[in-house]
Amino acid sequence: MFFMLPFIFVLKISLAEPIMAIPPYTALLEWGDSLLPSIRASLESYLFLFSDSLYIKAYLSSLKIAIISTILTLIIGYSIAYSVAKAPTRWRGVLLMLVILPFWTSFLIRVYAWIGILKTEGLLNLALMSIGIIDKPLIIMNTDLAVYIGIVYSYLPFMILPLYANLEKMDMSLLEAAADLGCRPFKTFWTVTIPLSIPGILAGCFLVFIPVMGEFVIPDLLGGTKTLMIGKVLWTEFFYNRDWPVASAVAIILLALLVVPIMLYQKSQEKAIS
Amino acid sequence: MKNKLNSLFIAGALVFSAQTAIAEEVVNVLNWSDYIDEQVNEDFTAATGIKVVYDVFDSNEVLEAKLLAGGSGYDVVVPSSSFLARQIQAGVFQKLDKSKLSNIGNMWSDIEDQVAQFGPLNDYSVNYMWGTTGIGYNEGMINERMENAPTSSLAMVFDPDVVSKFADCGVHLLNAPTEIIPAALAYLGEDPRSTDSDVIAKAEAVLTAVRPHIQKFHSSQYIDALANGDICLVVGWSGDIFMAQYAAWDAENGVEIVYSIPEEGALMWFDQLAVPKDAPNAENAHKYINWIMDPEQIATATNYVWYANGNLASQPLLDEELLNDPAVYPTPEVMAGLYISPTYDARSQRVITRTWTKVTTGQ
Repeated sequence: MFFMLPFIFVLKISLAEPIMAIPPYTALLEWGDSLLPSIRASLESYLFLFSDSLYIKAYLSSLKIAIISTILTLIIGYSIAYSVAKAPTRWRGVLLMLVILPFWTSFLIRVYAWIGILKTEGLLNLALMSIGIIDKPLIIMNTDLAVYIGIVYSYLPFMILPLYANLEKMDMSLLEAAADLGCRPFKTFWTVTIPLSIPGILAGCFLVFIPVMGEFVIPDLLGGTKTLMIGKVLWTEFFYNRDWPVASAVAIILLALLVVPIMLYQKSQEKAIS
Repeated sequence: MKNKLNSLFIAGALVFSAQTAIAEEVVNVLNWSDYIDEQVNEDFTAATGIKVVYDVFDSNEVLEAKLLAGGSGYDVVVPSSSFLARQIQAGVFQKLDKSKLSNIGNMWSDIEDQVAQFGPLNDYSVNYMWGTTGIGYNEGMINERMENAPTSSLAMVFDPDVVSKFADCGVHLLNAPTEIIPAALAYLGEDPRSTDSDVIAKAEAVLTAVRPHIQKFHSSQYIDALANGDICLVVGWSGDIFMAQYAAWDAENGVEIVYSIPEEGALMWFDQLAVPKDAPNAENAHKYINWIMDPEQIATATNYVWYANGNLASQPLLDEELLNDPAVYPTPEVMAGLYISPTYDARSQRVITRTWTKVTTGQ
């Protein structure tokens, strides 16, 4: 119900036509003179999305940003989760706390803090210049790199927590057995630890990938204007063009794209349980 | 027993506070960010007993989405003239009851005439403040990079040979297609109010040529960035650039910010106080608007935010420096060169937005 209700509303708007009124779209059901309502649905908004390459490019660009940042978050998140899980028991609570602690401040404030760090006259450039590593400030702010930094930072805990939950429960005797049988630590990691932690990896990746696909705030604040993401396109449709039907169609297609990986994930979860 | 007494007491307190909440008169105001001296609202409450619930927004588009969704719950909102015109057409606003606005005689007929070009706006609204969209720059950084830079011309941002010299110190443009595209047309000598897609395409060519030198299109970050010396050139709103000027002066960081109205003409906009049809406290909304039209109140606000207002009677009460600053109150000659924004219909709006996306993202 929680999932379906908003979905039905958005679907309904996406089939309407825009007009200048309150609300700014035509009604789907019209109660005319006859007893039965007449339905006026239009697929125009969907057809429009395919008539202009902008939308497809925006979906692909969001997909690229989501995939790259999920991989980056996985690499960093895995090493942190692994270290925490391997740390002495009395330290684990403290370390885990440090991962969660930033959540106590507003998400927006944390993104703004990155502006202070990354901007031309920001902390990072001042620090690097004062120790003489660079003599000209690095341009990071307002580029895709800043977007990746922002996304990886903001979504890291979503990756670490499921991974930690998984790695912490791992049976250490399996690793000992591998070592006893002469397996090198690195090979053990690849052939034992990683396969055992796949449910954690999958959960973490989905928790990062899905929200990043529709991310709007981070590219808006940290990204340059060249950063094209579907969240921003949706915003322009809704606010600049006041075209709620097209904006809704953008959202419906985004949802359709995300439903596929979610289904795959559910299937793999069911498999893991059985 | 003690517990029971306590809960009885709490229940009683709740009932009591609920009653006062009903009795309390409020007016819900949604205005632009950094756009008033809080004292004006506090004094209104002191004088009338009506509590001001004051919220802010920072773009006409966001305000419009709220209004078109309906039931916004606001009693007074402050859209800009071109947006207000089509919102009136959509049936968002109620006509003001002029009999409740005793201060209406204080208003400046010149500004009312300008506003009337957009449609029957004077029936639905009164002017709060107005300003221009022009060029703000960091004097030191510009002089360092170019001698005799054409600081009073739009060539500063639209001539690739000029703007490329400033690319390294940071150039921002407003992320407002309905302001920047007319400016590009004015630079070309075309009619800035054109809604013709062929004419708009000419603006696209200008913007695409300078695109590589523009660091960002954003409508509020430039205030801080200009004041801190992070950027050196912007096309932005007059009052915002004065705010940056003041912030730099206050911080004593050696940054000198100047605002200039380009000689090719500049967009002139008017922010209007209006009452939505479904305002829960329309009576109080009128009282609030009347309070703002009091010369003393609007003068306090203008002296604080440095935007010109549409209240003639308030002018003797303004800071002399502000009233005599042609960048705030332009001379009649400059006024003659200013133009107002066209009201785009759905089709031309889509052309404008699509052009903008093409320019900003290269797609």
